[in-house]
Amino acid sequence: MILAAVTNTLRYNPDLCINCDLCSIVCPHGVFAPGREAAELRNPEACMECGACQRNCPTGAIVVDSGVGCASALLWAALKGKKEQESCDCACACGSANSRSRRGGGNR
Amino acid sequence: MARLGYRRGEHRVRPGLYALGQPTPESPVWVTANYTLSFDALRSALDGIDGYILVLDTEGINVWCAAAKGTFGTDELVRRIEATGLANVICHRTLILPQLGAAGVSAHEVRQRCGFRVEYGPVRASDLPEYLKTHRATPEMRRVRFDFPDRLVLIPVELVHVFLPLLLAAVMLYLLGGWTAMAAAVVAVLAGVVLFPILLPWLPTHDFSSKGFLLGGAVALPFALATLLGNGPSVLWRFLTALAYLLALPPVTAFLALNFTGSTPFTSRSRVRREIFRYIRPMAGLFVAGIVLVLARLIVERLGGFK
Repeated sequence: MILAAVTNTLRYNPDLCINCDLCSIVCPHGVFAPGREAAELRNPEACMECGACQRNCPTGAIVVDSGVGCASALLWAALKGKKEQESCDCACACGSANSRSRRGGGNR
Repeated sequence: MARLGYRRGEHRVRPGLYALGQPTPESPVWVTANYTLSFDALRSALDGIDGYILVLDTEGINVWCAAAKGTFGTDELVRRIEATGLANVICHRTLILPQLGAAGVSAHEVRQRCGFRVEYGPVRASDLPEYLKTHRATPEMRRVRFDFPDRLVLIPVELVHVFLPLLLAAVMLYLLGGWTAMAAAVVAVLAGVVLFPILLPWLPTHDFSSKGFLLGGAVALPFALATLLGNGPSVLWRFLTALAYLLALPPVTAFLALNFTGSTPFTSRSRVRREIFRYIRPMAGLFVAGIVLVLARLIVERLGGFK
């Protein structure tokens, strides 16, 4: 059975989980928690779609349409007809080489 | 200066392998981005600890943003391991990566491609000394926070971004409407870039835009009331001017609030898309209505109305 969040694109299939715990380790919002036989989808609505769980899931049990939750990047992307990662232009020094986007000041 | 966004592309460390203290082949290896603040935060947290720091080329961008862009990623990590000859420097095969780098790095792929095991450390470098005692992070260390100091450090660079447009708008509004109009615009913008980050957790409602509308309304209200109760040429003049403040100012604060989504560590793209679809049109509509009202009032004024 596929478990899904209502307000974001996170989808999780516990049948594919091998209980490696990596999703619980990498998620910065406690969306996943270690379970007895498979990871538990504990707080799906807190998912910010960073994609860390999907990227580190070795069996493809987690699927999420990852991206940047930045209005500035999305608006610029819409205006320029580019992807938002290429249009990032916020305050975090994120896009310093090309343009911008940020997150929390950038010393992480 | 990095916090002000000054020459932001130039705050870089040369990518490569750095020794920390007096490392041996058994010493741990930490991986970070080549943004000076990222590198310095790690170096400071590891003060007095021997080891190696492997700096990836993220084009001067911090770990989390670079992970989202893919520059702090599996390909660059594997490439940098090979370029530095890391396998010949150390005798183990474990790398400690910042947890927020996981959005760009696939641990199992790194293992497949070069035999190194990726271990994700805590979110914050300052938790590393505690983490290193057991190599296990507490749930608290795994959570990203957005506390008052985290929000406060973002304000200077936000101010730098709005300074020039605000200066132009202020001059224009002074010419059109005098000191009060200019002050109103400055206050609406400062509410969006200074007050909003400070008050974020305490502003009611869920959406950033609606929070911004509320804050913008609160700062517009004194200007509207002062105009309404002031000594303008006529009741109609005072009413129209007050209404213009209430229409034009809140969308300015709300738009800046909406743009703050990218500064926070918890907004998803789905959520921001929904907000844009829901609020951008009302923002634009109200702002344009306010400006039209100001211009109409000015024209009537010039034609000798309101007397």
